[in-house]
Amino acid sequence: MNYSVSPGAVAIFICFVISVLFISFYFARKTKSATDYYAAGGSIHWSINGIAFAGDYLSAASFLGICGMIATYGFDGFLYAIGYLAGWMVALFIVAEPMKRLGKYTFTDALDSKFNSKGIKLLGAFSTLLVSMFYLIPQMVGAGSLVTPLLGLPHEAGVIIVGIIVIAIVATAGMASTTYVQFFKGALLITFSLILTFLVLSRGLSTTPDKADAAYHNLIALKVTSISDTAVKIEDPSYKVMNLIKSKTKSYVKLSKDNVESIWVLNTQKNILEETETITTLADGSLLYNGEPKANNKFFQVGAMSEINGQKVNGKAAITTGSLSPFTLVSTISNGVVTRWGHEIIKDGTNQITVYYQNPTSGKDILSPGLKYKVDPKKGATPTDRFNFVSLMLALFLGTASLPHVLIRYYTVPSPSAARKSTLVAITAMAVFYILTLYMGLGAMTGGVLDLTNDNMAAPLLAKSIGIAIFAMISAIAFSTVLGTVSGLIVAASGAIAHDLMDRFFNLKLTDKKKVFAGKITAIVVGCIAMVLGILFKNMNVAALVGWAFAVAACANFPSIIMILFWKKTTAAGVIGSIIVGLITSLGIILFSQDTYSNVYHLVGVVAPFAFSNPALVGVPLSFITLIVISLFTQKSSNIKSVSRIVT
Amino acid sequence: MSHGPATEWKENKTLDKKKARLGVVMFIIYTIIYAGFIYINVMDSSIMRINIGSFNVAIVYGFGLIILALVLAIIYNKICTNAEKLTVIDGKR
Repeated sequence: MNYSVSPGAVAIFICFVISVLFISFYFARKTKSATDYYAAGGSIHWSINGIAFAGDYLSAASFLGICGMIATYGFDGFLYAIGYLAGWMVALFIVAEPMKRLGKYTFTDALDSKFNSKGIKLLGAFSTLLVSMFYLIPQMVGAGSLVTPLLGLPHEAGVIIVGIIVIAIVATAGMASTTYVQFFKGALLITFSLILTFLVLSRGLSTTPDKADAAYHNLIALKVTSISDTAVKIEDPSYKVMNLIKSKTKSYVKLSKDNVESIWVLNTQKNILEETETITTLADGSLLYNGEPKANNKFFQVGAMSEINGQKVNGKAAITTGSLSPFTLVSTISNGVVTRWGHEIIKDGTNQITVYYQNPTSGKDILSPGLKYKVDPKKGATPTDRFNFVSLMLALFLGTASLPHVLIRYYTVPSPSAARKSTLVAITAMAVFYILTLYMGLGAMTGGVLDLTNDNMAAPLLAKSIGIAIFAMISAIAFSTVLGTVSGLIVAASGAIAHDLMDRFFNLKLTDKKKVFAGKITAIVVGCIAMVLGILFKNMNVAALVGWAFAVAACANFPSIIMILFWKKTTAAGVIGSIIVGLITSLGIILFSQDTYSNVYHLVGVVAPFAFSNPALVGVPLSFITLIVISLFTQKSSNIKSVSRIVT
Repeated sequence: MSHGPATEWKENKTLDKKKARLGVVMFIIYTIIYAGFIYINVMDSSIMRINIGSFNVAIVYGFGLIILALVLAIIYNKICTNAEKLTVIDGKR
C-alpha cells in the first residue's frame, strides 16, 4: 500500500525524538558508576519503574502485533493478551522479590548468586544474548515497517534511525534514561489507547466504514450468466473475460477492463464473481497491485461488517449502528457477519499472483477461539494443533518471568518491596491496556482500515481512519515503543557481555569506570548488529520471532530460576545442564519445525523433523528434569554448592 | 568475585518466608484458573461460544483472567505491605 506522509505526524515524531534525546543527555550527566549505568543507581521510584515495566513489556509485539492479530483472527489474537498478562503473575508472586534480593546488575547475577560458577556465568550470558537478539530483531523490523507510512522512508532507513537513536540513549546514560523513556512511552501508550478505544466506540459499526481521509471502497459483485468447465460469461459488458484459473479450493476468473487485469472469485452458489485484491509478481520481478503499478494507489484498505443486526448489505445502502458501549459493540459483532480476507498464491502463466479473497465470517466464530489456533477436533484440529496451542499458552505464561530485559528492571528499584510494588503498578497498567487491545483490534477489523500486506499496521491505521492528529500521536508512540524496548534489550545484552562475560567470566577486574565504558562500547556494537539484523530479516514474521524469544526464555531460564529459589538441593551443574538442555531443545524444535520450514525457510513440500512449532511443552519439563537429575547426582561429587535457604 | 544487591535494605527472613509462601499460594490459585481456560479450549471449545449476557464464555473468561490477575496482585501487595508495616512496628517496640 502507498501511505501519504502527514506533516503533523512528522512534526510530532521529531518532537518525540528530541524529547527522548534530551532525557538521555540529562541523565548522562548523572551516570557515573556501574550501578548508575546498569541499574539506574537502584534508586528509581517504584511507581515510575512500574510504568516503565509496562513500557518495556508493551513492545511492538503487544501494541502492533496483538492489535493486528485480533484484527485478522479475532479472539485468537486476544489469547496473546491473556497469556502476556498471566505471565506477570509468575513474575509478581514468585520472581520479583527474590530476584531483587539475589542480583545486582543482570539476570546471570541472580542465577549465580550462590554458586560463583564460571559455567553459569557463560551460559547465563549466552542465554541473555540469544533471547535479547530474538526479541531485538522483530522490534527493528517493526521500526522499519512503521517508518514507511509515518515518514515515507524505506524500511532500511527506519531501522537505521531507530538504531542510531537507541545507541544514543543507551550509550549516554544506560538504564536511567531507558527507564524514563519507557515511563513516558508507557504512560502515553495507555492514555492514547484509551482515547482510541473511546473513539472506536463512539463511531460504532458500519457496513461502509468511511475513513477521515478517504471513502470506504465498496466491494462489487458481477452477475454470471453461464458457467462451464472452461468458460464463464458475465452480464457486465464493460469487462472482458480472459481465462479461468483453478486452485485446490477455489475457481478464479481473470477479467480485463481498460487494459487492467483483475482476478475474481467464482461463487457458483450465488452465480456471481466476487472482487479480490491481488499482488502480481511478473516474470521480471516487478509487482502489480490490483493489476497496476504501486504508484497508482489501487490497493485499497478493507475490513467491514457485512451483516449487522440481521440486516445484510444490500446494494449501496449503508447499515450503521451509531455509538456503542463496550458491551453492545461485542454483542453486535457477535450477532453479525464480518468480511475477513483469506489469501492464496496462484500461478497464471509465468506470473505468480497472491490473491486476497473475501471470507465472510460469523461474529460468533470471530469472538471464539479457532480462527488461527485450531483446537476443535470437529473443525479439523489435529493433536499437533492442540499440542501447539497448549505449548504456546505455556510459553507465554512462563516466558515473561524469564526475559532478561524484564528481569533487570528489578535492580533499578531500591528494595524487594519496591520491586513488588512496581510489578503491581505494571500489572494494573497492562491489564487496562490488554483489555483495550480487544476493542482496538475489533475496531480495526471492522473499520475498513486493514492493509492486507501488513497486519502489524492495524492500530496506527485505525487511528488514521479517525483523524490525523490521533494518528500522528499513535504513530509517534508506536515508534517510541520500539525505541524504548530496544534500549532495554541493548542494556540487557550489554550487561551480559561487559558484566557477566568480561568482568566476571574472564575476570578482567574492570574498575567501575571501565565497566561503564565497556557497557557503552558493547551497546554501540550490539546496536549496530541489531541494525544489520533488522535489515536482513526485513520480511520475517514479527510475531513468530517474539514467540521464539518467549519459548527460548521459558525453556532455558525459567526452570533454573524456580529451582534455585525453591529447591535446596539445586547445584551449579544442575543449573548448567538445565540451561543447555533448555536452549538446545527450544532452538532445535523452533529451527526444525514444520512451521519454520514452510513460513521462514519457504521450503515448499519438505517435511520437517518436528510437526509442532512451539517448544515450551517439551523444553520446560525436560529442562526441569535435567536440573533435578544432575543436581541429585552431583550432591557429593562436585564440592556441593547447593542453595541454602534462599527463600527462608 | 563477590557481588551483592545494587542497594542495601534490612533483610527479615521470617517475613520473606511468609511472603514467599503467600506468593506460591496465589500463584497456584491463578495457575489452576489459567489451566482451566486452556483445558476448556482444548477439550470442548464449544463451551467458549456459550453466551453470557453481551459476551460469550471466551471473552468473559479472558477478561476474567486479566481482572483476576489485577485483583490477586492488589491483595498480595496489600497483605505483604501490611506485614512489612507490622514488622517495622514490632522492631521499634
